[in-house]
Amino acid sequence: MSSRRELTPLQLDALREVGNIGSGNAAVALSTMVDKKVLLSVPRASLLPLVKVSELVGGAETPVVGVYLHINGDASGSMLLLLEENSARELARLMCPDAGGDELDTVKQSALQETGSILAGSYLNALSQMTGLLLKPTVPGFAMDMAGAIIDFILVEISQSEDHVLVIETEFDVLDRRIKGHLVLFPDLGSLDLILGRLGVSG
Amino acid sequence: MDEKQVNVGVAEYHVTHNPHTLVCFGLGSCVGVALYDKRRRIGGLAHVMLPDSNAISRKGSPGKFADTAIKSMVKEMERLGSQRKDIIAKIAGGACMFHIPGARNPKNVPGPCLGMQIGERNVEAVKKILSELDIPLVAEDTGGNYGRTMRFRVSDGKVTVSSIRHGTKEM
Repeated sequence: MSSRRELTPLQLDALREVGNIGSGNAAVALSTMVDKKVLLSVPRASLLPLVKVSELVGGAETPVVGVYLHINGDASGSMLLLLEENSARELARLMCPDAGGDELDTVKQSALQETGSILAGSYLNALSQMTGLLLKPTVPGFAMDMAGAIIDFILVEISQSEDHVLVIETEFDVLDRRIKGHLVLFPDLGSLDLILGRLGVSG
Repeated sequence: MDEKQVNVGVAEYHVTHNPHTLVCFGLGSCVGVALYDKRRRIGGLAHVMLPDSNAISRKGSPGKFADTAIKSMVKEMERLGSQRKDIIAKIAGGACMFHIPGARNPKNVPGPCLGMQIGERNVEAVKKILSELDIPLVAEDTGGNYGRTMRFRVSDGKVTVSSIRHGTKEM
């Protein structure tokens, strides 16, 4: 597959719809967990050059929490839940109201990891139903670090032979709480034709 | 020439004989490679993503791989007047940011995923190329599980490595 690959407006629309339906389902799950309304941005879908990807999430040195997992099955890729540190603390507080303090200790970390797992699971469930493809998330990894370093790690994993990365990104916002985050789907370019085919927009 | 900051993005490199500060923000498994000719104050910084250009059929940009990035920088420094024997190296990065149990690797067999090994392999590859080119590695801050930002001041060759959890180091 050529790195100069371009997607038609129709294909980008279909991929945005993937983001819409996936993150819609994930937002319902999140909303149930924290008992708050969750707002979603219009998803962005784009084929980005490597250098541009870290710009997606603000400054490279911004402290963030990342929950990251791989997708196996009929199609492959990976998924990232990214929260700015303050949002992560707030979300952890909602998830474990009995755990005191502001520190993201191991209990809160695993709560956030579990949240990432549930959101990715609901996202991929919706996507599976939409495409008829089996999509299995792995157990997620957890990192608390600079946004740039987290994106850097993911890029290295997925950009072995490509200079572009397909990114489907939605921003969410928990109403009445200062919790904002990003849900990002990185479908492997090798699985892209299959996904586009199932969406009825093959090239 | 004014002192200014030049951002060296993923898979890019930058060589200059001006007193600039070259920066790699947020190195995860990537490795920042600074080459410096103290005599002529010529410096270069690369944000290397992968160990070996030969392992991949389609090459992409030279800054992406340890071998092509370092060789391209040396060539540009020589074009600006550097001699190989005056060049030294300092490196940072090559961390493993995530541990993902049961993750896939390139061949889709169970075992450690690519991202978990690649930081280490990047560092090894950089060291191998440097020793092939007879460029001494005078300082490094590599490995671990945390991200780093690397700043390289070409006016005096000083490298500063900063991280969120492990403070700032000069080398």
